[in-house]
Amino acid sequence: MKNDDIRASLLKRSRAAKNERFGKILTGLCILIIITVVVAIFYFVASKGLATFFTDKVNLWKFLTGTIWNPGTTDAQGNPQVGALPMIVGSFGVTFLAAIVATPFAIGAAVFMTEISPKVGRKVLQPVIELLVGIPSVVYGFIGLSVVVPFVRRTFGGSGFGILSGTFVLFVMILPTVTSMTIDALNSVPRNYREASLALGATRWQTIYKVVLRASTSGIITAVVFGMSRAFGEALAVQMVIGNAMLLPSNLISPASTLTSVLTMGMGNSVMGSLSNNALWSLALLLLIMPLIFNIIIRKIAKKGAMR
Amino acid sequence: MAEPKDMITVQDLHLYYGQQEALRGVTIDFRRNEITAVIGPSGCGKSTLLKTINRLNDLVPDVTVTGTVKLNGQDIYAPNMDAVELRKEVGMLFQQPNPFPFSIYDNVIYGLRISGEKRKNVLDEAVERSLKAAAIWDEVKDRLHDNAMSLSGGQQQRICIARVLATQPKVILMDEPTSALDPISSSEIERTMLKLKDDYSIVIVTRNMQQASRISDRTAFFLAGELIEYGPTRDIFMQPQKKETEDYISGRFG
Ligand SMILES: Nc1ncnc2c1ncn2[C@@H]1O[C@H](COP(=O)(O)OP(=O)(O)OP(=O)(O)O)[C@@H](O)[C@H]1O
Ligand SMILES: [Mg+2]
Repeated sequence: MKNDDIRASLLKRSRAAKNERFGKILTGLCILIIITVVVAIFYFVASKGLATFFTDKVNLWKFLTGTIWNPGTTDAQGNPQVGALPMIVGSFGVTFLAAIVATPFAIGAAVFMTEISPKVGRKVLQPVIELLVGIPSVVYGFIGLSVVVPFVRRTFGGSGFGILSGTFVLFVMILPTVTSMTIDALNSVPRNYREASLALGATRWQTIYKVVLRASTSGIITAVVFGMSRAFGEALAVQMVIGNAMLLPSNLISPASTLTSVLTMGMGNSVMGSLSNNALWSLALLLLIMPLIFNIIIRKIAKKGAMR
Repeated sequence: MAEPKDMITVQDLHLYYGQQEALRGVTIDFRRNEITAVIGPSGCGKSTLLKTINRLNDLVPDVTVTGTVKLNGQDIYAPNMDAVELRKEVGMLFQQPNPFPFSIYDNVIYGLRISGEKRKNVLDEAVERSLKAAAIWDEVKDRLHDNAMSLSGGQQQRICIARVLATQPKVILMDEPTSALDPISSSEIERTMLKLKDDYSIVIVTRNMQQASRISDRTAFFLAGELIEYGPTRDIFMQPQKKETEDYISGRFG
C-alpha cells in the first residue's frame, strides 16, 4: 500500500468505530427511556399527592399523625379527616416484623447452602427458593386467608385478621428473596478469607461467624432492605389477611390496614381531582418515598459498619 | 527429653486428590530455627506438601493421605490429633496477601480472639509485639484502627505475618509469599523472615531462585510429587548432584 492509501484508511472511520458508535447510541437511548419513565412516574405521583396539601390545604403533620381516615367527611373544625397514621403504623408494623422474623431464617439457610452443604444447597434448596420466588402473591394471600388466619384465630383469639397474620404471610413471601440475596452476599466473600481464618486455627463456625458473616454484613443488610421494600409495597396478599380496618392497631391480632391495602381498595371508588382521590395519591407518594428512605438510612449504617 | 533436632519429619508421604497422586512417597525433615526453601516447577506438589503440614488439605473433598508427618515428634495425622489446635502451632502465609477486611488491630488479634483471649492489655501488647516482629509497627502504629485493605500489598503481607506471629506458632509455612509483590516489598519481607528465624522454623515455597539462595539454610527440590534433592542451599545451588536439579536451577525447564 502506498502512504496515501494508508493515510486515507486511517482518516476514514473504521467499521469497528461505527459499530461502537451505534452501540453507544442504542444503549444510551434505552437508558434515556428508562429515566424518562421513572421521572414521569415520580412527577405524576408527586403532583397528585401534593395536591392534598397545596390545593386542599391539608396540614402535612395532621396527615401523618391523624388517626381517622375518612376523606369524605370533615371534623368539628371543618378539616377533612385524612389521618394516615393507622396505615403508616400498619405498613411499618408488618414490614419490620416480617424482616425481623425473616432475617435469621434467611441467614441460617444461606449459611447452610454456602458454607455447610453447598451440594444439597445447589441441588435441592436452590430450586425450591426459585420456585418460591415465582409464586404469585395472590396465592400467598389465599393460603394466608385459609391457613394462617384460622391458625392465628385459634391460637391467639380475635378474628385472626391483623398485623400478625400479615407478618406471617409477608415473612414467607420475602424469605426466598432475602435468602437468595444473602447467598450471593456470602458467596462474594473471597475464598481466601476462609482459608486464612482456618489456617489461624479457627473452627468452621468461628470462620463463618467472625469472618464470613462479618465481611458480608453490608450485603446482608442490602438483602434485608430489599426484602423490606418488597414487604412494604406488597398489596394483595396483605390485604387478604390484615382485616382492612382503618383503625390504629392496638395489638398484633386486631384488624388493621396498610398503605397499599387502602390504596387498592379505595382507588376505584373516588373521583379524580376530588380530595378523597388526592389523599390516596398522597398515600401513594408515601409508598414511593419510604423505601427510598429505608435505603438511605441503611446504606449509612452499612458504610459505618464497613469502616470499623 | 531433649527436643528433636528436626521440627517436622515427614515419612513416606503419599497424597491423592481423588485418583490423582500429588505426592509420591515424600520423606523429608525440616530443621528447627532454620529456613527451608522448597522449589520445583509448577504443579510438582509444593503447595500440597505445605498444606499437609497444617492439615489444610483436610478441607478438600476426596483427599487421601498415607505416611506420617510429625511435628515435634507428635504424629499430626494421629486419630486423636485436633487439626484446629494443630493450626495454632503451624501458621501459614499465602501467595496473595489476604488480610480480613477489618481494622489492622482486629486482623492481628484474630487468632487470639478465637482462642478466647479478651483481656485488652494482653491484646494490645500482642498487637505491638507482632507488628514489631513483622517490621511494620512504625508504618501503622498511628492507624491501627484503619481498614487493613487500605494498605499496600507489601504492607498487607506483613500484616498477615503479624497476624500469624500473634498466635505464637512454632512453624510458619509460606507459600510464595512475595510472588505478588514488588521487589522492594519482597526484600522487606525477606529481611523480616531472617529476623524471625531465631524464634520460628520456616518453610517457604518460592519460584524465585535468588530468593531461595539469599534466605534459606536448606533447599529441597521437587519434581512431579517426588523429592529429588535436598541439602544445604549452598550445595544445591553450587554443586547439585542430580541432573534434574541442575537443569531446573539453571533455568533449562520449569
Ligand atoms: N484441590 C485440589 N484438587 C485436585 N487436585 C489438586 C488440588 N490442588 C492441587 N491439585 C493437583 O495436585 C498437583 C500439585 O498441586 P500443587 O498446588 O501442590 O502444585 P504447586 O507445586 O504448588 O504448583 P504451583 O507452583 O503452580 O503453585 C497438581 O497437579 C494439581 O493439579
Ligand atoms: Mg502452589
